[in-house]
Amino acid sequence: MRGKWIAGAAALGLLTLTGCGAADMTKQGSPYANAAGTKSVTLSVQSWVGARANTAVAQYLLEHELGYRVDTVQVDEVPAWDALSQGRVDAIMEDWGHPEQEKRYVSDKKTVADGGDLGVTGHIGWWVPKYFADAHPDVTDWRNLNKYASQLKTPESRGKGQLLDGSPSYVTHDKALVNNLKLDYQVVFAGSEAAQITQIKQFAKDRKPFLTYWYEPQWLFNEVPMVEVKLPPYSDACGTKGESDPDSVDCAYPTTPLKKFLNADFARKGGDAARFLKNFRWTKRDQNEVAQLMAEDKLPADKAAAKWVKAHPEVWKKWL
Amino acid sequence: MSTTSTTPTLATAPDTARFRALLRRPAARKVLALAVAGLVLAPFAHAAWGSGGWPHALTVSLDGPLRSVGDWIVDNRDSHWLFLYFFGHISNVIIGAVHAVYVVLLALGWAGVTAGAALVAWRAAGVRAAVTAVASFAVCGLLDMWVPTMRTLALMAVAVAASVLVGALLGLAAGLSDRTFRVLRPVLDTMQALPAFAYLLPVVLVFGIGVAPAVLATVVYAAPPMARLTALGLRSTDPGVMEAVESLGATGWQRLVTARLPMARKQLLLGLNQTIMMALSMAVIASVIGADGLGDRVYQALSTVDVGAALAAGIPIVLLAIVLDRTTSGGSDGTPVRRGHPAVGWALAAAAVAGFVLTRSHDWPRGWTVAVTEPVNRAKDWMVDHLYSGIPGIGGTADWAAHYTGWVLDPLRDGLQALPWWGAVLLVAALAWAIGTWRTTLTAVLSLSAIGVLGRWDSAMDTLSQVLAAVAVTLVLGFAVAVAVARSRRTERLLRPVLDVFQTMPQFVYLIPVVALFGVGRAPAAAAAVVYALPAVIRIAGEGLRQADPRAMESSTSMGATGRQQLLQVQFPLARNELLLAVNQAVVLVLSVVIIGALVGGGGLGYEVVFGLARGDLATGLVAGASIACLGLMLDRVTQPTKGARDAR
Repeated sequence: MRGKWIAGAAALGLLTLTGCGAADMTKQGSPYANAAGTKSVTLSVQSWVGARANTAVAQYLLEHELGYRVDTVQVDEVPAWDALSQGRVDAIMEDWGHPEQEKRYVSDKKTVADGGDLGVTGHIGWWVPKYFADAHPDVTDWRNLNKYASQLKTPESRGKGQLLDGSPSYVTHDKALVNNLKLDYQVVFAGSEAAQITQIKQFAKDRKPFLTYWYEPQWLFNEVPMVEVKLPPYSDACGTKGESDPDSVDCAYPTTPLKKFLNADFARKGGDAARFLKNFRWTKRDQNEVAQLMAEDKLPADKAAAKWVKAHPEVWKKWL
Repeated sequence: MSTTSTTPTLATAPDTARFRALLRRPAARKVLALAVAGLVLAPFAHAAWGSGGWPHALTVSLDGPLRSVGDWIVDNRDSHWLFLYFFGHISNVIIGAVHAVYVVLLALGWAGVTAGAALVAWRAAGVRAAVTAVASFAVCGLLDMWVPTMRTLALMAVAVAASVLVGALLGLAAGLSDRTFRVLRPVLDTMQALPAFAYLLPVVLVFGIGVAPAVLATVVYAAPPMARLTALGLRSTDPGVMEAVESLGATGWQRLVTARLPMARKQLLLGLNQTIMMALSMAVIASVIGADGLGDRVYQALSTVDVGAALAAGIPIVLLAIVLDRTTSGGSDGTPVRRGHPAVGWALAAAAVAGFVLTRSHDWPRGWTVAVTEPVNRAKDWMVDHLYSGIPGIGGTADWAAHYTGWVLDPLRDGLQALPWWGAVLLVAALAWAIGTWRTTLTAVLSLSAIGVLGRWDSAMDTLSQVLAAVAVTLVLGFAVAVAVARSRRTERLLRPVLDVFQTMPQFVYLIPVVALFGVGRAPAAAAAVVYALPAVIRIAGEGLRQADPRAMESSTSMGATGRQQLLQVQFPLARNELLLAVNQAVVLVLSVVIIGALVGGGGLGYEVVFGLARGDLATGLVAGASIACLGLMLDRVTQPTKGARDAR
């Protein structure tokens, strides 16, 4: 009796599954997209405030100038590539260089399309606050860092100096660097950029020394001036070595022109929205202006974007 | 380690009579046996593999194979038949279903949805539930969260429907066949003891991120209570009634439909209610894998430490939970539903239709919103400035967090990590055997060893230290409040709505306020865990203490026992089973929050899962997820009181 039921259900299941042919895993848009007759675009938001600024401005212009509905979903960098290739998001507005993903999805599978440069150049490095560097000028060379390890100790750094890192999702080789350069430091992850900024500001308020993974462009430099620590210079040889074995990295981070990427289908059939996102291109100063409005003045993303859009029509008019 | 804890008892026992009396207690006998086994085996273990953390020789690295599986999946996802003809369809069906529900919700418009929800709540649970529904949906709209709320609702509708279907089928099988029941019970027990976070990665591996894996993870997490309660309901039908039905010549199918299912109605409704609550909490956690909706708003707010925005998204989640809970629990407790005059129903139905016809826009009206984000953030900044540090005398919340980290968490973590691995195994075996059976002991020891074999010993001990410290705080606070609740009916009445609200909130929501108060690190994760686990502990322990036999209480009073003596010598021992269950629940619930505490800097195993998800490094994430599952299993089995008590859950 029960056997018959199970057999019947299984047969029915198989029939429904095979009956409708192949299901393409690369064409699975978000179920919320294009609902109720509105055209919509789904943007992936990365967790750092610069990327939020790009998305906020793109969202504002798409909604107010082009009449789209824009959904934003927070996805970390690598999974965002995967989501982009499956069509679950339409665009990444700021990518800091993922050669492995670029090769897999852009050149091999052709499910993701290059969306052009963002116009901003990114640089990752290690930084100390200016007040600390002024008092101890030799701290800005990695060879002298061990001398200062005891001054940079915190409760979470297990007796070593603390190298403050942000979110685990960011591009970082800091653990390998500390290891390969034989530094007496412990990498401590704050969990998110916001947590890292909070921590840096608290250090700066008490004028305490700290060493942090940080990057440009960043509005926080206006508030807490920082000086970069020189690491062994970046070379292509070191870069390629690091790509094959991330644990072997022993040189500084490269300088990266930040790029946009679109879902390949969306790039072809996305109409005005896709054209607009490809044309989106601004400067470090523009980005910092919006980022600071959001992170420092605590404006909601749409208000910050509106403010910038009102002030700089000459920049965005040509994107449309 | 257990050797040192039991030898003093042996050495100091003044006479053999007392020693024999001790040996008559089964728990002491078990521990003694283990101590002897430990004394014999530990030197060998020490000689062979050393006595630090888990020996490297006994680990197996799954990173390589898992990484190649992950790569294979990504490379073949667009071409292999397994995806084209199987997983792809599952994914498409889910996305299609969620899309359909979402479109219907949008088409109904805000007025239609609100009136419709009120109508359903009224039918199922009466006038008060209907009012709650209307008010809750209005607040969701006022907070400018209408669209995210509808998305979460659409996702929930599909996930709950699938969970109920799967759970009911499993429960039916287990209810009708003894063999299936025996096989299924430990499986369902285990699935319920595991933290929701551990379910995310396996589905991400196959389906990528997005709504489809979110729904699947939710089904895996939320179906067990439905299955359990369905089986329970079917198995507990009155044999007298069954005999009567059988004598009337009913077929098996007729017996099931006309007698067994209707008689199991109460359990079925309770199962539905539990499934909905678990599905909601998972639907929110699933935002980490791109599920969108309210959870995504909370997740975005968390990563920018924007407490105001997080609150604006968190409140609708809580309201949704309350509405769903009230609506589905109506009638399941046996009291008749008070619906008032039938005209109420007609009015609601008319309002639903009118709302559907009249509202052209499917979004909440733009102007009708209240901006809470800015005032909340201002209040938070004030708190950070004034409560965070430097209050004379008591210090600020940041100081407490630092003290808790430095004085409690660090020594505990260092102690656990320094503990010899065989000592930890023996300790776990002793605890599990003293409280439970040899089966639970075996499971606990194997789970702990599996963590070591997977090479996650150190992070697991880190997580364990956080769990133990938070559980200790939870139990001290929880038992104290439970005593108050058991002593005074008024306290209980005052506390009940508070506990209700706290128990219906998804775990994710607790992470928001603690970040504002305690900053980032292990302390806020612990604080969130304590708040999350407290209601269950207070409930169970309070119930146990109150049920203490009144005659025993009376006789102890007549013998002149003080309130304190009565509590310690009568109530606590009599409520032993409930108190153990409370401990068990505290451990399971605290673990589930400590794990997601990684999102606010908690570290440990949870951090590795977050790392795996964020970097697409599924090997790291999956192994860490498996270790979390093992840790959860171990903690559950170690604290598992003898069978029977768990069914009260």
